[in-house]
Amino acid sequence: MKQQSNWSPYDNNGGTCVAIAGADYCVIAADTRMSTGYSILTRDYSKICQLAEKSVMASSGFQADVRALQKVLAARHLIYQHQHNKQMSCPAMAQLLSNTLYYKRFFPYYAFNVLGGLDNEGKGCVFTYDAVGSYERVGYSSQGSGSTLIMPFLDNQLKSPSPLLLSAQDAVTPLSELEAIDLVKTCFASATERDIYTGDKLEIVVLNADGIRREHMELRKD
Amino acid sequence: MKFDTSGLESHGQLVGASDGLFSGFPTAPSFEIPNTTDFDCFQKEAIQMVKPAKGTTTLAFIFKEGVMVAADSRASMGGYISSQSVKKIIEINPYMLGTMAGGAADCQFWHRNLGIKCRLHELANKRRISVTGASKLLANILYNYRGMGLSVGTMIAGWDETGPGLYYVDSEGGRLKGMRFSVGSGSPYAYGVLDNGYRYDMSVDEAAELARRAIYHATFRDGASGGVASVYYVGPDGWKKLSGDDVAELHYNYYPVQPSVVEQVMVET
Repeated sequence: MKQQSNWSPYDNNGGTCVAIAGADYCVIAADTRMSTGYSILTRDYSKICQLAEKSVMASSGFQADVRALQKVLAARHLIYQHQHNKQMSCPAMAQLLSNTLYYKRFFPYYAFNVLGGLDNEGKGCVFTYDAVGSYERVGYSSQGSGSTLIMPFLDNQLKSPSPLLLSAQDAVTPLSELEAIDLVKTCFASATERDIYTGDKLEIVVLNADGIRREHMELRKD
Repeated sequence: MKFDTSGLESHGQLVGASDGLFSGFPTAPSFEIPNTTDFDCFQKEAIQMVKPAKGTTTLAFIFKEGVMVAADSRASMGGYISSQSVKKIIEINPYMLGTMAGGAADCQFWHRNLGIKCRLHELANKRRISVTGASKLLANILYNYRGMGLSVGTMIAGWDETGPGLYYVDSEGGRLKGMRFSVGSGSPYAYGVLDNGYRYDMSVDEAAELARRAIYHATFRDGASGGVASVYYVGPDGWKKLSGDDVAELHYNYYPVQPSVVEQVMVET
């Protein structure tokens, strides 16, 4: 009988991430629960990382791979700053993230990412990824264990005409910043009810012309 | 196993470009492989985890005026629709298009890479690359990765010195020249409509309508295809996007709801 290897280099630490782009702001949010199997490792782990002045990434999946990915991107950004004497724009960071993920195509980062920020015109932008780097600019997205619960709700509230329709329309939501934050809190409160891997605390990061701001909200701990 | 990583080589190390900033900075690493005894089994598990988006309908055909290219916009991961707005027609350069079917990341990355190689060819040879050449570049790269789990089913469509060109290239290493292709889970349905309505001497509008209809019918019957039907035309001046229509709206355009006739009341005799 052939022996199969029963050690896997991957683990899933659960969690959910959401990002919403507005006309002049971007909201990125993630819960802070880190689990393995049915156990909770910690209730206070941040999945959000600021990669550049106007780019913030939230990642769920295997947090060791997420941490390694954050380090690689931070290092590449530092080199870019030395070479170009400026910060990377959010669309540039988006493509860098895509290439970084694809370079490990045959041994992927088990990370499901959303990148949020402001583009060169100051408009909010959100990029959503799969594990190997395919990406798309969208108006809103969620990734992680609660994404199948949250996405249909966001489609219902925020769905805008597809950017592929010939009369090109804006991909950003018409909501105000405060309305978007409230929507995000609602999403997580509901996802926490029905997803065992989502809960404990919600971390919200808001990027706008004035800079960056953080908020917290308590979620159910069961 | 020795990998051919020429597809990833950075061409930044040009002659005379050494200015101290590039030294010691690794630009294009080769692909890492996990250190297991059974690579094939590990590959299968990694593929399962990655679950590339396979459901799609894309088509392209050559006619008298040039090349017509069309695709849907749905990406699915198993039974979950991960996006309804994926760009499956990739603009390699202003006169060449590539279509995406199979793994989304594989198609995006290698088409972007092909665009870079085509531009370098232009700079090195002072003329545009032919569709034959571009498709061969891509096919050779994919052939080197044959058996490693890449999933790419693409068509390269363009206009070069010899006129309109259309090639089908896939991750098994296949490369075919042809006049009509459709790729993806919805392709049987698209072929039905396309083969029935095709004539070489169509006008641009007629060809666009045929392409749009074929995509619509595929999205109607195939669960893994849907979203927006995009239609592009490639002519002597390059490509132009002709239309992007939500397939749900197309349905009611083609099959409007008939107002039901009120039934006559039976009068008792």
